Amino acid sequence: MSKPLSRRKLIGAGLATAAGASGLGVAARLADRYGLIAPDRHFFYGVGETLTYASQRILLPRDSLAREFDRSQISKICPVNGGPPESETYQRLLAGGFADWRLTIDGLVSRPSSFSLAELKRFPASTQITHQACEEGWSFIAEWTGVPLSYVLNLVGVSPRARYVAFFPFSERLFPLGKKWGSLDMPDAWHPQTLLAYGMNGQELPTPHGAPVRVRVARQLGFKSLKYLSRITLTDTMKNIGKGWGSSSPEHGFSWYGGI
Amino acid sequence: MVRADSAYLHGLAERISEIPDSQRHAAVVRITHWINALSFFGLLVSGFAILLAHPRFYWGEAGGVGTPSVLDLPLPFMKGGPSGWGRNLHFLSAWVCVLNGGLYGISGILTRHFRKDLLPAKADLTWGAVARVVSSHLRFERPGLETSLAYDPLQRVTYLAVVFVLLPLMIWTGFAMAPAIVSAFPALVTVLGGQQSARTIHFFAADLLVLFLLVHLTMVYLAGFRNRVRAMITGRSTARVEHT
Repeated sequence: MSKPLSRRKLIGAGLATAAGASGLGVAARLADRYGLIAPDRHFFYGVGETLTYASQRILLPRDSLAREFDRSQISKICPVNGGPPESETYQRLLAGGFADWRLTIDGLVSRPSSFSLAELKRFPASTQITHQACEEGWSFIAEWTGVPLSYVLNLVGVSPRARYVAFFPFSERLFPLGKKWGSLDMPDAWHPQTLLAYGMNGQELPTPHGAPVRVRVARQLGFKSLKYLSRITLTDTMKNIGKGWGSSSPEHGFSWYGGI
Repeated sequence: MVRADSAYLHGLAERISEIPDSQRHAAVVRITHWINALSFFGLLVSGFAILLAHPRFYWGEAGGVGTPSVLDLPLPFMKGGPSGWGRNLHFLSAWVCVLNGGLYGISGILTRHFRKDLLPAKADLTWGAVARVVSSHLRFERPGLETSLAYDPLQRVTYLAVVFVLLPLMIWTGFAMAPAIVSAFPALVTVLGGQQSARTIHFFAADLLVLFLLVHLTMVYLAGFRNRVRAMITGRSTARVEHT
């Protein structure tokens, strides 16, 4: 014998559901406005990713610096995953010592520009000896030299609407998971230790480590420090790039945020 | 037969026979126990998946193929594979584990669960009492009837070690591997000797938790699986059924 639901109960339950749903909606919109929602927030695993990313952005200071080490602590072996791009364009640039290579910066900037390697090297350089860990578990300490990304961002004039800096490299060889690309949010893009690195351990950036220029992101795992840079785009949304999840990593089962 | 050699059960032993169905675990303990079991399973499976990407351990700040290791597991290196979903499941499960553990910890203090149910009584910490409990465990004696109503001293010490030493150590060493977190709190990793040391300690502490789980399940089996599981689900314990 089932009792029919009273109208009052039904309306009450409906109102409560609507209030709960709109409360969640408002919270989600607020969190999004303050840059607390990772682009790969979707599906089951997005819950953990969003909790991690949001709580770190709320609880951790934005300007904390990764530890720097002594020159004597630099690792003798600095392993890499993957290999240099096989594309004809990249091979031609490599053969020419990257004299013809240019880094394009476009999107939400006042002055879309492109810089040669020599031009990047003329900008004020920054050097750091930091620890880089691969998500697989291994790690090494190396000295990186480059121009702070923030310096280049200031040169091109970033629009206040910009929320992400997207990086597009030349396609890597032996990267079995398709084309690699990625992005940083503005706190990590403006971070003083985030470099466009062209030197490693006192030498030119070796080819397997991403010559001529790679990103160096000291506060995230190694897969965020993309190699073989070709183009940088500033954008207010990641929705229109790839599957819209902020980088190629989530498309292959990994997370977008690498600060853990 | 009822043995009443525990300090918690003076006088209680007589009453057991008259209370066939007695309250054993509080609701919050039961709920957090099963959520924790689920999250631990997620952490264990995903931790193993992550391990497969690099089943080698180092000491100090940095380490990788070509540098001296402290432990080489006889497992294949599975690059670009299980560590993807492994990491996602690991951190999702870790969130469940930490939030659930926080709820358990706060309620354990407020309800005096730790003090009442887990802190061993002074009388049970004498050499003689400890030796008696340890030797009965070593002889694989079936846990006595009194343990269906209260933990014996060895259980208490073990649970306290898991709750207040091993699980916090897992969280700490996990944080020590997170570059964003250690940039804000560098001491998290420096006092451990480096990021690779943190990873190695994380692995060995996980092994101890797995050992605990195996002993835990064995003891539940020896003590009467159905009754003990029923007590952790419904909160009621029928101590006598499987021990007559």
